[in-house]
Formats: sequence, C-alpha cells, structure tokens
Amino acid sequence: MDFDLSKPQRLLQDSARTFFSRECAPERVRELMASDTAHDDNLWRAIADQGWTGLIIPEQYGGLGLGLVEMAVIAEEMGRACLPGAFVSTLWASALIEKAGSEEQKAKWLDGISAGDVKATVALLEASADWNPAAVQLKAERDGEGFRIHGRKEFVNDAAVADLMLVVARGEKGLMVLPVEKGTDGVKVTPTPSIDATRKIYQVDFDNVYVEGAMASGINAALEYSMGVAAIALSAEMLGGMQWTLDTTVEYAKTRQQFGAPIGSYQAVQHHCADMLLYTESSRSAVYYAAWALTEHDPLSRNAVSIAKAYCSDAGREVGNLGIQCHGGIGFTWEHNLHLFYKRAKANELMMGDATFHREKLAQLVIDAKD
Amino acid sequence: MDLRLTPEEEKFRDECRAWLEANVPPPFEGAGLNEEENAESLAYLKAWQKKVYDAGWAGISWKKEYGGRGATLIEQAIFQEEWARANAPMLINVLGLSLIGPTIIAVGTEEQKKRFLPKILSGEEIWCQGFSEPNAGSDVAGLGTKAVRDGDHFIVNGQKIWTSLAHVSDWCLLLVRTDFEAPKHKGITALLVDMHSEGVSVRPLKQITGDSGFNEVFFSNVRVPVANVLGEVNKGWHTAIATLMNERANLGAGIYIQIKRTLDALVEKVNTLQRNGKPIAQDPIARQKIAQAYLELEIFKLNSNRAISKLSKSPIPGPEGSIQKIFWSELNQRTQRDAMEILGAHGQLWDLDDGKWVYGYLRTRGNTIEAGTSEIQRNIVAERVLGLPKGYAR
Repeated sequence: MDFDLSKPQRLLQDSARTFFSRECAPERVRELMASDTAHDDNLWRAIADQGWTGLIIPEQYGGLGLGLVEMAVIAEEMGRACLPGAFVSTLWASALIEKAGSEEQKAKWLDGISAGDVKATVALLEASADWNPAAVQLKAERDGEGFRIHGRKEFVNDAAVADLMLVVARGEKGLMVLPVEKGTDGVKVTPTPSIDATRKIYQVDFDNVYVEGAMASGINAALEYSMGVAAIALSAEMLGGMQWTLDTTVEYAKTRQQFGAPIGSYQAVQHHCADMLLYTESSRSAVYYAAWALTEHDPLSRNAVSIAKAYCSDAGREVGNLGIQCHGGIGFTWEHNLHLFYKRAKANELMMGDATFHREKLAQLVIDAKD
Repeated sequence: MDLRLTPEEEKFRDECRAWLEANVPPPFEGAGLNEEENAESLAYLKAWQKKVYDAGWAGISWKKEYGGRGATLIEQAIFQEEWARANAPMLINVLGLSLIGPTIIAVGTEEQKKRFLPKILSGEEIWCQGFSEPNAGSDVAGLGTKAVRDGDHFIVNGQKIWTSLAHVSDWCLLLVRTDFEAPKHKGITALLVDMHSEGVSVRPLKQITGDSGFNEVFFSNVRVPVANVLGEVNKGWHTAIATLMNERANLGAGIYIQIKRTLDALVEKVNTLQRNGKPIAQDPIARQKIAQAYLELEIFKLNSNRAISKLSKSPIPGPEGSIQKIFWSELNQRTQRDAMEILGAHGQLWDLDDGKWVYGYLRTRGNTIEAGTSEIQRNIVAERVLGLPKGYAR
C-alpha cells in the first residue's frame, strides 16, 4: 500500500505545474474569462501537444492510455491555474465514447480528441437540473437510419466551441447517446451567463434535429463510468484550487501586518488556516483514492467517487470562504485573483452533482443495502 | 501510487482474519458502561489482551525481542482493519500501546525496552500518562511537580490531574521538574513510575457521564530509581514531544473502529424505528446526516492510511498528526450529535440500548479537550505545518 505518487506521476505533476504557470497565468485566465467562449485555440493546441487531451484515451486511439491517478494529477494542476475552457467536458465525452461508441466512432472521435482537433461535450441536463440520467425526458424518435430530437438541454458546458455534442435522450428501449456534430441543422446554442465565467455554460435547443450513429447499448453503465471520471476530474480541480487558495492565504497572513504584528500570528487567523489545510489534505486523500479505485475497478469505487465529490464540493467552497475571510477587504475585490477560484469552486460543486446529491447516493449504498 | 496489497500482505490479512474469527470472544455482558471502569470488564479485557499477545498479534510493528511481531506499519494497519471487521473487543492498555510504548522504543534504554515493552503488549501492566496538572493543561511545560535527586533515586512531590486509567494502572510515564532555574522547557525530566510505590494516591474524578475514566494523582515523597529516567535528565520535553506526536498519530486507529460501530448501530436503528408512519431510514435529513458521517469516517481512514504510507518510509511522526486529532475528535462528536438528533426524544433515555447513545454523546464531548485541545492542535498545525508566526508566549 503506497499512497505516494510514483516517480513518473511526480514528473507529470512537475511538468504540468510548470506548463500551466507559464501558459495559463492569472492574466490569461482573466482575458479568457472576458471572452465569449473562454476558449483559446493556442492554449488548447499546447495542451494537446503535451498529450493531455488524450491522457486517458487508449493508445490505439492516439491517446497516452494512462490511468485516472495521472488524470487527477493533471486536473489538480489545472485547478491550481483555474484553467478556462473545455477540458473537463471533452474528458467526460471521451470517456463516454470509449464505453458506448462503436469501433468506427472511437477511431474517429477519440483520435480527433487525442490530436487536439476535436473538442466535445455532453448534453445531459434538462429543466429539472437533475444529474441522475434517469431524469432525462428528451425523446429520440426513430426516423429511418437515424433519430430525431426536438426539445431543450440545459447547463451544457462549452456547447459553443464543441465540435461534437453527445446528447443523452430517451429511446423506446431506454437511454441513448446521439452524437451531434457542430453545424448540424436545427441546433441553437444560447449562452447562459453564470457564476464562473472561465467555463461557459449554454442552453441548447434542438428543432427536429436528425442524427445518425446513435449509441444505444450499455448507456447506463457508460454514463455512470464517464460521470465518475468527470466527477474525479472536477474534485481534483477543486483540490488544486484549494491548494492555491491555502498557499496564497498563508503567504498573505505571514506578511500582512495589523496591530504591529503579522495577522498570521493571531489565533483567529491561524485556526482558519489550519482548517483550510485540513479540508485540503482530506480532499487530497479522497480524490486520489477515488482515482485509484475507479482505475482498478475496485468494488468500492462507486462509494469512493461519491465520497470524493461530496467532500470536495463542500471543502472547496469552505476553503474559498475562509481564504477570502482571512484576506479581509482585498479578498472581496475584483482585482484579487481569489474570486476566480472561488467561483470555479462553486461551479464545480454543482457539476456532476453537489454534496447533497452524492450523499443521497451514499445513503443508498450504506443504509438501503443493509439487509 | 498503488493501494493494492502485496501477495505477502494478502496472506497476512488472511491469517489475521482466520485467527480473529476463531478467537474473538462473545461481547462483554455487564452493567459497566465505561469499559475501564468495572472490575469484571477489566478482567475480561485483560484476558483478551493476553490472548492476543500470546498468539503474537500485539505490537505488530514492534521488534520481536520486545514481544512484538517485527512486521510493517502497513501490516499493523491491515490488522486494525481486520479487527474492526471482526468486531473484536478493544485493547485495554491503549496508552501503553499507542503512546508510552512507542516513546520507550524511541528514547528508552535497552534495559527499559526489555523490562517494560512485553508487559505493555500482554496487558499485564497497564499504563497511564502523568502530564497535565491543575495549573499546567494546554501549557504542559508549565508543570510544577518536583523531583529532587537523592543518591540513586529521585524524590517526587506534586499532583497530576485528568490522568486517564490511573485508577487501574501499574505504571505511569510522569513528567516532573528537575531544574528549577532553567527555562521551563529545559528543566523537565520524564520518569517511569511504579504506581504501587509508597506515596502515590489516586482519586477518581466523576465525569460528566457520571462515571470515572480520569483521576487526580498525588505524589508524596515517592522514591523513583534514577534508572527509571526515560531519555535524559532535564531533557524530558524531548521525551514528552515524542509521546505527544505518537498520541496524535496513533490514538486514531481505534477511533475508526469505535465510530464505525456507532454508525453501524445507527443504520440498524433507522431501519427499525418509525417516524411519521414510516421508517426513519426514508427520512432525507437522516439519510444526509448518516451519509456525511460515513464519508467523513472513510476519509479519516484514508488520511490515516496516507500517514502510515508516509511513516513507513520515515518513521518519526510529525506535527501533521494534529490534523488527524482534530478530524477524529470533531467527527466523533458530530456523529454522536447526529445520532441523538435522528433518534429524537428516545435518544435522551438511559434505558435505550443500555444508555449507549446518551453515554456516547456525553463522552465524546471530551474528545476535543483530551490529548490536546482542538485549539492547541490548530495552533500546532498553523505554526509547525504551515509556518505561520508564533502567536503566544512559550
């Protein structure tokens, strides 16, 4: 039992940290935040050149074929830099294609994602905003070789830049995934400005849209797996954000003077910082255990994913609260970078189900399973 | 990162499991709520610990020549996990096993190790820890119990308080002041004191729970051989820090089992009790609370495993142990609080399940005070882990 990152994993961590501090400094995050899509082609290309868009995609489809621990390492560094754009949505889509797509679809889309040519997203949520796929109402109506969809999806990440949108719909025999390519007739993408402007979300309307290549078998399992992958990535991102907030706050508490002494020498501030460390390190244990367990298909991986997402969702928000509190007025300004991480934490908390959602999943496993 | 067990570790786990399955005694049936309190339960627990020791399962990571098994910290963690799974009784000599034994291993002489360690493991000699005094609580180094050299003995006079298990203990790791001129951290010596010595008297304190787990201990001209100095004379603070680090790092191991049992019992309760005409298990608020306690408990175990993984590479516990102390003490309190809320009006009754809910609710109130208050632990984390400037006088 070795909880430490291996040497190659540490090297990956170092290179990611160096990469993102160079390519994604806070000034760049702010520029992208102010743009329409928060997407930067050059930055995306640079990430793809590192191989990270295909990090967990099998080598036969042009990816690096690494596990979810490596993914968590990268996602943590992305969170530390508050990386804008479509990385997590593309990751979710790639895991969904890997589990549900045909050989032909995998070859086409996964190769494209690995190469950095394709950005993708998944359209799951509807007006109910329920992360349980069972809540999907949008109907897939058979039409010859393909299907037609007519209705609305909400909270779709990065829909304006996605080359491929995987639409989850309800067919006669259960859930299906319909691959909608960019530029398809009848698709209307409307921005819905939200708390985290570094990662845009959209409302997507489908006006009797015709789609071929529906994925129809093993969809529930594929959704569960891919949402587990995305939940771990988001949790790891939140961990990175917590680490940034903690480091920044401790540094500030050491230098900011009041009453003739650094504020970090006062117990009220010290105890906030100690709690931030407790949240951050506990999140770290939960994230890396979940990443390991899902990679290894451990029987407890379902619990592990919900534990990580529930804990990090609450912890990410609380670390942000404490960080701003310790900074005082400057922490409440637009000028300080704290709010970038604070807002990302809130958006990540909501994506893939918040703590309440995952606690209910755990309750089903812990309370209802006891016979 | 690889959390799989090696084939040897799997074999070890299977051995533990088989032994525990064959040997765990039926639970103690008696009135004693506080296990240490009652003479019958004490005898039951001592007999159990002797059995564990005789079969070679006590002190998994301690060296064989001191009565241990000479195995790894990871194997020790595996054993703990199997212990929880088997619902085995707790070991009585918890302070000896978790704090004082490791301190003797770290700073004791060879004679001290051979003399004391095997009997700590077998439970033949129960230990207590004489640190706190009426005027030296969180500020332990401000202690005033005196020891004056007289030939090859020290003569000890003074008083300790909040001394858990002193009323059943055979030995005490005692901090005393031996240099009255030096700065407070530099005049302290650690002594291994026979609690049956003339001049030692123990007065149990009645706790908020109504029973007695801790005591006042009085020392009146108690003679302690110089050979029983643990570490060096006037360097007792160093010894004390070793003990405190072990306390924070190790005490949590049994806590996982304790909280897990509380949680299992609560799950059983909500599946049988009704409220508003349906099982409490269907109440969304109760479900949220139980799930939160479950997930925090699992994270506590993951944090422990991470610490063990680190300790097995560099075996000195550091100030990070304070994070675990904060985590388990506050989690234990929250779990008991939530259990009381979920049980509703029934929860307050001493008649319900032999009073275990009332007792647990009250007993855990002490968790954030004993073994270093949460406030002191947060000071340690802030200053020694995060490197924030010192904020209070030393």
